[in-house]
Amino acid sequence: MSSHEYTPSSKFGKWFNDRLPLLTLANHLTDYPTPKNLNYWWTFGGILTFCLITQIITGLVLAMHYIAHADLAFGSVEHIMRDVNYGWLIRYVHANGASMFFLAVYIHIFRALYYGSYKSPREIIWIIGMLIYFLMMATAFLGYVLPWGQMSFWGATVITNLFSAIPLVGESITHWLWGGYSVDNPTLTRFFSLHYLFPFLILGLVILHIWALHVPGNNNPIGIDIKKPSNDTVPFHPYIVIKDIFALLIFLIIFAFFVFFSPNILGHSDNYIEANPLVTPAHIVPEWYLLPFYAILRSIPDKLLGVIAMFAAIFVLVILPWLDTSKVRSALFRPIYKQFYWFLVADVLILGYMGAMPAEGIYLLIARVATAYYFIHFLVILPILGRKERTLNVPLSITEPVLGGMPNPSMAKAKSDKLKINSLG
Amino acid sequence: MKKLLKIYLTTIFLTLSIQNITYSAGENYPLLKQDWSFKSFFGTFDRSSLQRGYQVYTEVCASCHSLKYVSYRNLAEKGGPEFSIEQAKAIASNFEVTDGPNNDGEMFTRPAKLSDKFVMPYANDQEAKLSNGGAYPPDMSVLVKARAGGADYIYSVILGYEDPPEGMKLDDGVYYNKYMYGNKIKMPPQLYDDLVTYADGTPATPEQMAKDITTFLAWTAEPKLEERHKFGFRAIIYLVILTILVYFSMKRIWSRIETKV
Repeated sequence: MSSHEYTPSSKFGKWFNDRLPLLTLANHLTDYPTPKNLNYWWTFGGILTFCLITQIITGLVLAMHYIAHADLAFGSVEHIMRDVNYGWLIRYVHANGASMFFLAVYIHIFRALYYGSYKSPREIIWIIGMLIYFLMMATAFLGYVLPWGQMSFWGATVITNLFSAIPLVGESITHWLWGGYSVDNPTLTRFFSLHYLFPFLILGLVILHIWALHVPGNNNPIGIDIKKPSNDTVPFHPYIVIKDIFALLIFLIIFAFFVFFSPNILGHSDNYIEANPLVTPAHIVPEWYLLPFYAILRSIPDKLLGVIAMFAAIFVLVILPWLDTSKVRSALFRPIYKQFYWFLVADVLILGYMGAMPAEGIYLLIARVATAYYFIHFLVILPILGRKERTLNVPLSITEPVLGGMPNPSMAKAKSDKLKINSLG
Repeated sequence: MKKLLKIYLTTIFLTLSIQNITYSAGENYPLLKQDWSFKSFFGTFDRSSLQRGYQVYTEVCASCHSLKYVSYRNLAEKGGPEFSIEQAKAIASNFEVTDGPNNDGEMFTRPAKLSDKFVMPYANDQEAKLSNGGAYPPDMSVLVKARAGGADYIYSVILGYEDPPEGMKLDDGVYYNKYMYGNKIKMPPQLYDDLVTYADGTPATPEQMAKDITTFLAWTAEPKLEERHKFGFRAIIYLVILTILVYFSMKRIWSRIETKV
């Protein structure tokens, strides 16, 4: 925690703080020394916190009107859309909020990958983050089942059936998850219960995530350790707070466009058809944010291995801090890693695209290559690259050795080139 | 900053293109496009088209298709067909609903009230199927949202009846439809010239009726659309102004130290 001692100015404050140091905590959070060169990619932590709270509040209101029953769920959602005051707004914010949450979390994760934020001493932050991501996917899946439309029902059937791939106990586990012999009312009610529980688990993990972050402090675009507090840092409040708010507002404008002007574009039209166990939709596709994993699952011909590959795709991320052997954090100083990084981004996008396509012919082939590359990136390229790559010189601090005090290394570089040219001329 | 916007837009674009591709899979013909008044940012429903659409629904569709999530009171609400309360009451009273049990323990029928949901054409799904050659006429409350292609798709299917291509054999009671998924539909073609007589004198061509009923169904699927558009416009103006103000305060705060934001 912060290095200096904090004493409240008022007598009551002191009395209270001696017994419960909330004021010390508040002081720590406002004074928290933050690298001053954080760019806008670092604003997504705040945006994600906002998303979580929005989902919890809108979800709370929806739960007051929603009925978790196979015969009534679909109708109760229509009741929310038609009869509840601003029910349409609350539901559309919640439904699109899930998508915006994932949009933000993907940017947040890829930022960490680019700047090496998962490396020592931040491994625990990263692992907690991955747990949060995993729980988010589970929560989103559970929530998508609740309106009890066709995609809800068949999505639930497909995903829960994955567990039947487990040898010996698979079928029993699936029946246990269903609470019966198929996806039905007992499945819906337990999914609702869990969908209500998980966000609070996520909230708890978010607190741990932030706590773990405050021990070593933020990484930064240059990826170097900095002295705190120093010339390289600014207090969290007001500098980072105002910047986070600004970025959040930009994010909200985009969010609002979805909610108000195309609220259903991210969902599947089949989910406005009430669940019918006798009619299977032509294509069962999950929500867009799960598509890369869906592509990995389907690209393996064996069911059990497919499921293993899908979970392994997340697990390699968990052990990433030990797979990436490079001592240099930021991709700015790792010219080759930088290229592989963009290959990975492209690979994941391709996987997402293939997840939306039918698993046949050329699509399946591309999905297989992309799946293989995904694992090669983490299991082969990163361990080797860390040892072989010739990294660029890393500055010693954010301000001092960088020419002209430019905090942005690319700008500093441009300036140094210019200086060189000038001196030559 | 610019980079941030760029990545946002790229991500959104990619997401949407994936989504659109998912949607268009399986379509054979490009849908008939209409210039729907409710599509744009400020889009509202064409009031008289909604009223005509209600007439088409009640005179044509309602014999098979239910609207179980719509109430008679909705007909008089803002953003809908906006019949007067008296008109909506008169419409409701044309229908009989079963109520009860009364104090004698008997169920009884009474004329529908504004608070009642639209009366269903069949007592249950089984009766609906039996009366329609085994095909279930879907509830139309959210039909526009439940089909890829939305309003354009509904409009196209209504007008999409043609003679089947050569070599295609159709069973009895199955019709060829250019736009229907799989091109086979059990609903016979419905619209022909002057099937209904519009009170406002609009010529009742199939295209006109298809347009009106589709507009009406777009409203039943999304009854708060006008409110949403209005709310959204205000919300975004508010957010943009707030963003600009916050941007300048951010600049000011950061000007205390020699670092750019």
